[in-house]
Amino acid sequence: MRSLAVGAILAGLAAHTVGAQPLDTRLPTCLACHGENGTSQLPDIPSLGAQPAFYVTVQLLMFRDKLRVTEPMNEMAKGLTDADLQKAADIISKLPPPQPVADNPDPARMDKARALSRQHRCNFCHQANYAGQENVPRLAGQREDYLLKALRGYKDNSRRGYDAQMSEVVYDLKDEDFVELAYFLARQK
Amino acid sequence: MTYPSLRQSLVLAGTIGALLGAAWPTAAQQPAPAQQPAPLPPGSPLIGRPDTADAKRLAPVPAPPLAAAADKLPVDKLKAPKGFKVEVYASGMPNARSLALGDKGTVFVGSRLQDKVYAIVDKGGKREVKIIASGLYRPNGVAFKNGTLYIMELSQLSKIDNIEDKLDNPPKPTVILDGLPKDEAHGWKYIAIGPDNKLYFEIGQPCNNCLPPEGYATMRRVNLDGTGMETIAQGIRNTVGFDWHPTSKELYFTDNSRDWMSEDLPNDELNRMTKVGQHFGSPFCYQGNLPDQEFGWGRKCEEFTPPIALMGPHTAALGMKFYTGNSFPAKYKNQILVARHGSWNKTNKLGGDVVLVNIKKDGSAGPIEPFLTGFLENNSYVGRPVDVMVMKDGSVLVSDDWNGAVWRVSAGGNARTAAR
Repeated sequence: MRSLAVGAILAGLAAHTVGAQPLDTRLPTCLACHGENGTSQLPDIPSLGAQPAFYVTVQLLMFRDKLRVTEPMNEMAKGLTDADLQKAADIISKLPPPQPVADNPDPARMDKARALSRQHRCNFCHQANYAGQENVPRLAGQREDYLLKALRGYKDNSRRGYDAQMSEVVYDLKDEDFVELAYFLARQK
Repeated sequence: MTYPSLRQSLVLAGTIGALLGAAWPTAAQQPAPAQQPAPLPPGSPLIGRPDTADAKRLAPVPAPPLAAAADKLPVDKLKAPKGFKVEVYASGMPNARSLALGDKGTVFVGSRLQDKVYAIVDKGGKREVKIIASGLYRPNGVAFKNGTLYIMELSQLSKIDNIEDKLDNPPKPTVILDGLPKDEAHGWKYIAIGPDNKLYFEIGQPCNNCLPPEGYATMRRVNLDGTGMETIAQGIRNTVGFDWHPTSKELYFTDNSRDWMSEDLPNDELNRMTKVGQHFGSPFCYQGNLPDQEFGWGRKCEEFTPPIALMGPHTAALGMKFYTGNSFPAKYKNQILVARHGSWNKTNKLGGDVVLVNIKKDGSAGPIEPFLTGFLENNSYVGRPVDVMVMKDGSVLVSDDWNGAVWRVSAGGNARTAAR
């Protein structure tokens, strides 16, 4: 069902060439996938609420200039001015943070991931509460599937970072570590 | 308030430990919160980062993704010696990095966090910025020779022939060398063409402090058609600036030393290569006299070629050029201007300036003095210098990746008087 919904929205993007629309007209389309309050309900699509404005500006710029290639996002960001990027980032950063997964987390998995996070210094740049700062994204409460996809992307170089930080961090992390980290971070408030 | 002595602390800790032990008999059931994170795997690029609150505050300072508006450039904050003038040469080039000068006066500007190479065209003092290449990956390195622009991306070298005749409709760059390592850490490259007509670049150490794999941390050179790659020096952690002495033709280069050893060590380096094959120390010995805490064991600093000048701890000494122009006071002739991008791995930031390194007749270095300052204000950056270039009129351009701008420093008649 969800992938059908994404498909419909993407078809809509192509049909209406969002790339020609002003920012205000585009925003509802953004939130159609990323969630009305910036909390995504769709697999592999990140929640944007409370992301640092700097980070959002950087990512939108990377999509606009095709430094990051993800077709729907390249289309969405096409033709935006620098001022649009900043305005969109300001709006998005003020959306409420996503709520963490509310289940009974497996304490063994949480401990394992917490140790990994400390060992690999995730808690330095992303901060102890994983709220992010400047060009470093918020991870707390992010969708688990998206976190896993992003980490795997950094590892196989399909996800380009603004700078070299994440490629250094994932250098000696294994896929099983990504699984645990994504589980843990999706359950942080 | 007085602090307990070390001995008292140990006793105290022992008591608490005993109490905890009594309350929770089996450690396995109730793991106490780990005091130290697990050590990183051998060779991890993150090794050396201490897990302390003060260290946590330090991370690379991200460059703004957008260029500063022309009316927001901090031109009034920059200071040069008496009699020199500082002005904006051109702006609106996000993440402006390395500089190269065309025969017809075009200034080419590479970028690291953007996909673009820019060209600044001067038409009677009015300057226009054009994007001459885009869709590139980390196009940090630019060089120019005999009409051709060379562009170095993360892992490939390309060129555009007769670029200055095609600035409004440039063809896509033609790749002449590819397959270089794709490591992101210290993977962006500076390039320059030597007096031997070869193009020089470095394969950086792909980590903060590690034993680099074979072929890394080396200076290389290739012919201008991309063939004949040679390794000519090793033990270079990350150089982002080099130039050749105008008379001795020896290669001088900056090198950024490792992070996280301490607030005040090691210094970044200014090096001089006197023969092919020299080893400049990384990761065994930094700044010529400081064995690395991990890789220095069993080695001696005497095994390696020491730097000729220490550029300050963590200051990120990047682009450098011998001053070969004629309009600055005589004392500048054949001395080196070095752009220090400024530190991140230091609580009280250092650098964020262009300094003048005195080079003596024998090629060694003398005192270092400030040249262009003011990029660092109240421990924050208002700009960050990256590369330096001498123009035909003797003025000096300085790129700034924080503002996406290029600055021009020129000397009036009173600069020459003041320097006497």
